[in-house]
Amino acid sequence: MYVSTNWLKDYIDISGISKAELAEKITRAGIEVDSIIDRAEGLKNLVVGHVESCEKHPEADKLNICQVNVGEETLQIICGAPNVAAGQNIVAALPGARLPGGVKIKKAKLRGEVSNGMICSLQELGIEGKVVPKQYAEGIYVLPEDAVPGTNALGVLGLDDVILEFDLTPNRSDALSMLGVAYEVGAILSEDIKLPEISYTESSEQAADALSLRVDAKEDNPMYVAKVVKDVKVAESPLWLQNYLMAAGVRPHNNVVDVTNFVLLEYGQPLHAFDYDRLATKEIVVRRGEEGEKMTTLDDAERTLNANQLVITNGKEPVALAGVMGGANSEVHEGTTTVVIESAYFAPASVRQTSKEVGLRSDASTRFEKGVDPNRVAEAAERAAQLMAELAGGTVLAGSVVFDELDKTPVRIVLSPDYVNHRLGMKIPMDEMVSILERLQIPVEAVNGQLVVDAPTRRQDLRIKEDLIEEIARLYGYDEIPATLPVGESVPGGLNSSQQKRRLVRRYLESAGLYQAITYSLTSREESQSFALETAPVTELLMPMSEDHSVLRQSLLPHLLEAATYNVARRIDTVSLYETGSVFLGTEADGLPKEVNHAAAVITGKWVDHKWQQETKTVDFFVMKGIIEGLMDVLGLTDRVTYEQAAHDGMHPGRTADIVLDGSRIGMLGQLHPSEQKKRDLKETYVMEINLSALLAEQTEPLVYTQVPRYPSISRDIALVVPTEESAGSLITVIQEAGGDLLKDVSVFDLYEGDNVEAGHKSLAFSLTYFDPERTLTDEEVVARHDQVLEALKTKTGAVLRG
Amino acid sequence: MAMEQQLEQLKQEALQKIDAASSVKELNDVRVAYLGKKGPITDLLKGMGKLPAEERPKMGALVNVVRETVTTQLESKMAQLEEQAVNEKLAKETIDITLPGRPVKLGNHHPLTRVVEEIEDFFISMGYEIAEGPEVEKDYYNFEALNLPKGHPARDMQDSFYISEDVLLRTHTSPVQARTMAAKKGEPIKIICPGKVYRRDNDDATHSHQFTQIEGLVVGEDIRMSDLKGTLALFAKKMFGEEREIRLRPSFFPFTEPSVEMDISCFKCGGSGCNVCKKTGWIEILGAGMVHLNVLEMAGYDPTVYTGFAFGMGPERIAMLKYGVEDIRHFFTNDMRFISQFHRTEA
Repeated sequence: MYVSTNWLKDYIDISGISKAELAEKITRAGIEVDSIIDRAEGLKNLVVGHVESCEKHPEADKLNICQVNVGEETLQIICGAPNVAAGQNIVAALPGARLPGGVKIKKAKLRGEVSNGMICSLQELGIEGKVVPKQYAEGIYVLPEDAVPGTNALGVLGLDDVILEFDLTPNRSDALSMLGVAYEVGAILSEDIKLPEISYTESSEQAADALSLRVDAKEDNPMYVAKVVKDVKVAESPLWLQNYLMAAGVRPHNNVVDVTNFVLLEYGQPLHAFDYDRLATKEIVVRRGEEGEKMTTLDDAERTLNANQLVITNGKEPVALAGVMGGANSEVHEGTTTVVIESAYFAPASVRQTSKEVGLRSDASTRFEKGVDPNRVAEAAERAAQLMAELAGGTVLAGSVVFDELDKTPVRIVLSPDYVNHRLGMKIPMDEMVSILERLQIPVEAVNGQLVVDAPTRRQDLRIKEDLIEEIARLYGYDEIPATLPVGESVPGGLNSSQQKRRLVRRYLESAGLYQAITYSLTSREESQSFALETAPVTELLMPMSEDHSVLRQSLLPHLLEAATYNVARRIDTVSLYETGSVFLGTEADGLPKEVNHAAAVITGKWVDHKWQQETKTVDFFVMKGIIEGLMDVLGLTDRVTYEQAAHDGMHPGRTADIVLDGSRIGMLGQLHPSEQKKRDLKETYVMEINLSALLAEQTEPLVYTQVPRYPSISRDIALVVPTEESAGSLITVIQEAGGDLLKDVSVFDLYEGDNVEAGHKSLAFSLTYFDPERTLTDEEVVARHDQVLEALKTKTGAVLRG
Repeated sequence: MAMEQQLEQLKQEALQKIDAASSVKELNDVRVAYLGKKGPITDLLKGMGKLPAEERPKMGALVNVVRETVTTQLESKMAQLEEQAVNEKLAKETIDITLPGRPVKLGNHHPLTRVVEEIEDFFISMGYEIAEGPEVEKDYYNFEALNLPKGHPARDMQDSFYISEDVLLRTHTSPVQARTMAAKKGEPIKIICPGKVYRRDNDDATHSHQFTQIEGLVVGEDIRMSDLKGTLALFAKKMFGEEREIRLRPSFFPFTEPSVEMDISCFKCGGSGCNVCKKTGWIEILGAGMVHLNVLEMAGYDPTVYTGFAFGMGPERIAMLKYGVEDIRHFFTNDMRFISQFHRTEA
């Protein structure tokens, strides 16, 4: 909403305060002033000029040589506008003038002829092209005949104005009108406001004789007022009206249409003007549209109607889409002599639906959608009739044609000052509360210590006690509210165990060298199930904005890999990212997808890179596995987790493992399939994804300290030659079983495949640690146990002890 | 007393040689030469038998004194030489300590997580718990239970990602509040709800179809608007610095009444006006208000007994302000050069 302060002055005295201060006060009281626009900024030395003569430039087809009377002198000005002509009053920018955008006007020569300035279009004065009247859109602006040459053009054009741009919250539709703004500013400044006085002479003819009205859709249209004005002369509006409209961002058309727009802006009540003769039937019928019925709206678009949409008809065919846009067939035009003014209350839901269905939002529909003031529907029609009589020379027929079943009773709210203060934590005296409500012109009475308020219908946002508490508090000033803390029992806050563990997981992964990424949950249908640990029907958007973001992910990896590709493409060769987030699977009984928290990671490039020490190591499977093992360790799950060779789409068939917790698969890790790497422009890349929800739900054993060993342990190393496909894991299992309670630890310390080992075989070396917490082991005991291990390896695995 | 003279001469010789020795080896040669089994002192001792019996003790003592003197001097010189040898060795081991150290492989939080955890930790210290809820939500919890009945403009299909008529991607974390109230029916509540939310926006420098919210809710007997103000004032100081002032401006949210927006005095210029606060001295940080009685009623709370306040903010906005990030898309591009900047403490 653009609020012209020049216009606002018609209703309230704001002379005692600067515009910046006014804007600040309005903002602090609840309506945010987004910007303060000084329309005169950058404009200087512009005067009204009278074109005495206008002749073609001898050297240039498109230029005219004009002699312009600018008050005290007559200057020659060259003008290229197609519509310039002798006898016009125009806006002249004299030498030394300033125009928006830092343009300076200087005396110049154009093709040999002196030009002492410039004749201006409205656009050149900083007025947006879309609000410039159509007839001047392509040329200079022509001022009325009574403009006096030499006077400052800024005043004549109303450019000596400051506009406050309001950013209105949806509840404050009352401020979508100049009068509403006046009420608000009046309350803020404690100033009285002056409402328009409506008076005009009625003709002896009755409107009801000229027009009949029937409303068939009473719920959608509980009130309809029509007035008839005859003998109007359609012409350009007076300059003050055009200036007000342009300041508000509305393009002037003609005096009839401009009056309806003026009243819309003044009262917040949208009006429509029909050409009475074009209505043809002398009848207005308001009804729902018929399926497939067609009408052409003012914008020359043909629209197909349906039974949800409310239309105004002449009893035969639609003449307007109620509250949204008029019809072309009944439009006011230059030859119109009799006008029907429509002022109505259209139900917000009805207008909203129609406006949405036909894809049209107008100043009218936005106001109807929010609910107009029931008590100003009739008054707005009167105001328009008065102005059409004054400005278009019309004669207003007596009375109105009215259908009215609209409830106009104000909402009564009773509240006690104690209640107000209790809710606010303040001590505002009752007198002060009454005074604030009175400043807002909200009727209030103090009855037995209670405030009895009749919320005015123009303030549709006042319904309950709390609404009034807000009114009182915002005008009393939120700065006056003290700062306290909730009293009462205080309970300890904190993270639950799952939240604690999620933080632990994040910190662990970061300490392991991974950076946290956050990617989008929405992905493409194609990628939604890639790498998923578990797939289920995908959750799909009804109306996606793009195919790339059309379904919810079932794996974190596709977007994480996209991030890796993004980095690598920017020559960041080493990428180590992880993410925790939800995946979305199928539909549960409550109609929502199952949301499972996952953790995923991607690494590519160098893991160790310490060049001057000649230490460089690229990532491999075991880097990722080590990270996961460490994670299981901090979660206390090491003994319950195993890794199983696995094959999955998109993964390297020989370098992929499932992560298995107590026999169920909860994740996977491995190298991307080389073809997948190539597709994604990645070098050797390792990934993992794990079901974090499942992991975090596991209860871990309480941590009880084991005594630090008091007796020495004894180590024995063995090197075994085994077939290549024999896994270290299976050998360790055999070793552990045979080693029994004395074997404290077994670890791999060497892997060798090559010349010194028989083809199809590899050598694996293990270090075994024997230990008894109760005593020092003897050599004999260790040898005996170690022999058992060797024997088991020989018989159970076919491993050969390497010589 | 030829023997005494001989002894004195030997002593002087030995001491001179000890003094002249420049290495452990040379010194060891001196030791062998003078104190060894074939050395002159041993010879002298052996020759004592030839002396008259009454002179023997005197000479013996004399020889021992010489021997001790030489030994002491020798050990002292030995220690000196050893230290010298160690020093020389250490000098050779000198390294260029300006060479860089071995890098510790360490990742860090995403900046949004950093902001969210900081906010979480403040409210936890104030006795709040963290509540979470689904990102795909029922229309009822996302809108209806929050006083946004069907037909309300804010729940337009244009603004939300719907899955079906009744299911959508949550547009704010407020449904977690609605769910918590429904679950805790009648109990006092003190929670904050962080999480991802989704809106139909084209991604650009200031808009993202996915972003983060963190909201708070307190419900109890006699919760006042001044309690909201006090809580937010403490939060602002903790999060943005002790000198921060706050101001509340009236605003509108369907689920609160009265509703406010909170500004903090600019942490960059302190309020005198700069590019961060757009020359106003104030920065808008969050929206808040007293829980609307319709919301309380729908969740089964008696609004004549229970009142509450709620607030909500965007970690993206806070991170952008705090760290000077100019484009919201940086948070979701996952450029390593961006994320890795958020590794160090600001304490």
